[in-house]
Amino acid sequence: MNRIDAKRRNVVDHRKRQFAEATYKETQYPHRLNFYAIPPTADITLEQFEQWAIDRLRILAELEACSFRNKTPAETAAHMKPLLEKYLPLDSSGNEKFLFAQRQKDHYSHFILRLAFSSTEDLRRRFTRVETMLFRLRFQDEPSRDRSAFVKTLNLDWETVDEDEKKELASELVTTVGFNFGGSRKGSNQVQQVMEEEWCKVDWERVPDLIENRRVVLRKGKAYVPAREQQSMVLSEFTAKLEKALEITSRALPRLDEDDRLTPILNHLSKNFITPDSSYNGSGTSVEGMEISARNIDNLSQHFPMCMAHLHRTLKRDAKLMHFGRLQYTLFLKGIGLNLEECLVFWRSSFNKITDDEFNKKYRYNVRHVYGDVGGDSNRRGGGYSPYSCQKILTEHAPGPGDAHGCPYRHFNMENLAALLQASGVSEKGVLQGVQEDKEKQKFHMACNRVFEHIHKNELKKARDEGIMTPVQLDTIVHPNEYFKRSYLLKNLGKQPQQQPQQQQNSGGGGGDGDVKMDG
Amino acid sequence: MPDSQENPTPMDEDFVLVPPTAKGVKKEQEDEDIDMADLDAATAKPDVKRELEDLFPDEDSDEEFPSTANPVKQEQSALQALRSSPVHHSQRGIPNDLMRIFYQRFFPWRLWFQWLNHSPIPDNDFQHREFSLWLPNQAVMRYQSYRTHDMMRQDVLRLMPTRIEIGPIYTANPRDRKSYRNSTAFRPIEKELCFDIDLTDYDDVRTCCDKANICLKCWQFITMAVKVIDTGLREDFGYEHILWVYSGRRGAHAWVCDRKARQLDDRKRKAIAGYFVAVKGGKESGKRVNLRRPLHPHLARSLDILKEHFQYDILEQQDPWRDNEQAAHLLSLLPDIKLREALRKKWDDSPDRSSSEKWKDIDKVAKTLDLDTRALLEAKQDIVLEYTYPRLDVVVSQQLTHLLKSPFVVHPGTGRVCVPINRNKLEEFDPLNVPTVAGMVREVDSWQKGGDDQEDEEMIKEGGVVYDEFVPDWDKTSLKPYMETFRTFVGGLLKEEKRVKREREEGGGGGSLDF
Repeated sequence: MNRIDAKRRNVVDHRKRQFAEATYKETQYPHRLNFYAIPPTADITLEQFEQWAIDRLRILAELEACSFRNKTPAETAAHMKPLLEKYLPLDSSGNEKFLFAQRQKDHYSHFILRLAFSSTEDLRRRFTRVETMLFRLRFQDEPSRDRSAFVKTLNLDWETVDEDEKKELASELVTTVGFNFGGSRKGSNQVQQVMEEEWCKVDWERVPDLIENRRVVLRKGKAYVPAREQQSMVLSEFTAKLEKALEITSRALPRLDEDDRLTPILNHLSKNFITPDSSYNGSGTSVEGMEISARNIDNLSQHFPMCMAHLHRTLKRDAKLMHFGRLQYTLFLKGIGLNLEECLVFWRSSFNKITDDEFNKKYRYNVRHVYGDVGGDSNRRGGGYSPYSCQKILTEHAPGPGDAHGCPYRHFNMENLAALLQASGVSEKGVLQGVQEDKEKQKFHMACNRVFEHIHKNELKKARDEGIMTPVQLDTIVHPNEYFKRSYLLKNLGKQPQQQPQQQQNSGGGGGDGDVKMDG
Repeated sequence: MPDSQENPTPMDEDFVLVPPTAKGVKKEQEDEDIDMADLDAATAKPDVKRELEDLFPDEDSDEEFPSTANPVKQEQSALQALRSSPVHHSQRGIPNDLMRIFYQRFFPWRLWFQWLNHSPIPDNDFQHREFSLWLPNQAVMRYQSYRTHDMMRQDVLRLMPTRIEIGPIYTANPRDRKSYRNSTAFRPIEKELCFDIDLTDYDDVRTCCDKANICLKCWQFITMAVKVIDTGLREDFGYEHILWVYSGRRGAHAWVCDRKARQLDDRKRKAIAGYFVAVKGGKESGKRVNLRRPLHPHLARSLDILKEHFQYDILEQQDPWRDNEQAAHLLSLLPDIKLREALRKKWDDSPDRSSSEKWKDIDKVAKTLDLDTRALLEAKQDIVLEYTYPRLDVVVSQQLTHLLKSPFVVHPGTGRVCVPINRNKLEEFDPLNVPTVAGMVREVDSWQKGGDDQEDEEMIKEGGVVYDEFVPDWDKTSLKPYMETFRTFVGGLLKEEKRVKREREEGGGGGSLDF
């Protein structure tokens, strides 16, 4: 009893704590991990302010890049380790003074970035996402003793499951305990494991991601969570608290306007937090001289990545696409520079089994909405939606029955994928083998890039040899529209230089047009 | 202690609201409503004009979509017109006059209102709720809201929508949404957790019909889905107030109305939807059920439920692998290449074996081959699930803001009423025999022929909410049992809401009130 009471006393509502103690008292950091509940109060120099923020930003940007490249957690951890040591080290043991400095930097830099990234909904969401990723990385890294000590200070009220209930539910709990072992162990062993493990019972709403994947047993709204899954609960708690705090920060932001030292730094920081993904702008994709019109789409489809080629083929075959297929494809077409009128013509002529009336009622509005022609203010001002990146296609809206969208490398089985590739003229064994390996390792974008390199191998060689395209232009493709653009440029390498050797970027004046058109 | 012992059994079985048969009761309730409206009108000035409009519904209103017909006249003459003269057809095939009669006399406005409002007195649960009306010219009016169901009824009779959809409850009145600048002041806060199952998602496993067509054989897919989802929601998530509704053509909707379920955010709705998804991917994904072993309790239980259906409804009725081309898919789902080859040979030699024979062949051939029996068993379980496990339209469940067609709306294509399905008589539900508007009008007519014709005249004169002295119109039709189901459901929900509310008030230290 005494032991528990002591701990209770230790945890005070942070708001009360903030005001109960001296305002400028140095914060203590008993644990390596931090839930960032209490804002820092000590003075730091402007240089520190900027430098710490930049260091943390570097880490966060790199983490985000890892998720865009679809790296597995283990790979991400390996990739991040040297970077973390360089920019944002955080050791669990060592010289006390040293530790304090590290933890202070971690603490302060987090709060500085909060200021920089609380202004818009989009920034807030991304910041929460990457901060959670960083926290997860550290949480997994933490020795289990320190980890449980830290978790205890959080004072999350978890009800533990007693022996009787464990025994009663053992046969069900077994199904989640074997999660990491692939079910290879014998039954009796597993029951024993159930009894040894510590289980807690929480309202299911606190562990939505465990529910979504059926990783816990659920009974009358209570989830039975094994101790090693507490990570999920801690993380969702972390995310929820951070979201709430950012919301509050954003409301306090206007008061900062008067400060002419910090505001420029903060603005500068948030501007640098862009990713190759979300900032894909339509104008950059269209290539001059290319005829982009409804009737030319068939012709251009040779440059489409598999996801779009499959949609195109399905559309030709069925004269129909389901909702998300239309969305994904329309956005792609918008991205390659097809204007709204032509896009409507394209869809109308593709949906050739329905009446004008039905088309107008069911589909016209959606296409216009995507282009920002109709809809709410923000939609129209923003020019509609931006084309989907690989990341988005891979992770959101997995295709269901009857759907043709998604990424074939991810959502097809190997057999069908091979058939699709072969239908597109990729039949070399080595390439298919490579694609299969990439797929098994869940590196779908690698598979896609592999196919791209195979299809364009001659052109790529030429481009590299002659130095026509810079290495940056040949970086890994992470966007379907980038695939299209690069494919188009490469396939037309041979034609343009003969006429206008050095003016590739601004070719396409009247004279070039004839050459640029392709005959399939 | 396990929760199951503390929780009482779902109430909708043993609690039945007394049907309003005595006129006195009816009158009293109506009076109550009017008082409410008056009160509101007095407190909120801008609404006075509305109130007047409601009193004189035939006066030209300045709404966006003025009605072309004079509603009052039409209301009164509709029934007679229908009997004598040829009817006007609305665009989608159901005569406008019929629809008018339906909304006037069959649509259970009061009960429906109580279901959405969670108490008899109109409050924000109803007034801040978004409704969207699909007009006969295919325009959709979104963000409609109403202070009482009577006002909504009037609007519906004026506009004659072909479809009414129900959206979320917002923080403020949806009609005023443009006057709120930021998204925190006007945002959705509550909606029933919904599920949508549609037979078109089963097109690759059903052989009897396709697209929008259905028959009793393929309706069994829906029956199975309802059983699995309903059991899961009750036993795993602990929800009790689940209303299943026929969608009018080829599917079913679930409305989970428990307060806790209504308040879920999108993240949690997505989690529930994910919990119930087991069949993943499209045609090209190959094997579409790949489950971890040992099976999660929810899946193990579902498999038990579905096994019987698989034997009869799939193997016997659907017979999905009769010709060998179809059977190729079955083969592709089996684990061992030797087994596949042996089966292929056997079936090529003796074509036209039925699906159940082929299903048995798998075990027979496997015995001769000395295979990993466990892998085979698991593959067979996966196959059973691929052919029977519910396929959800997950977007409907995932989004708080997603609109869903209201129960008791008439499907414009089939003319059938979207009636609630009694889950205790799930197996008896026949989607092809659901009441239609035309059918119900005939039923009322023939019912009255046994009675007094004068009474009929009188009723029409009253206009507005028409109640026969003792028997409401729907009780004279085949709608009656469905209405009973709905009444029982709403009664159970209201009782629960009242209990929770009382507990909250008492907990607040207000002291108990004596009635």
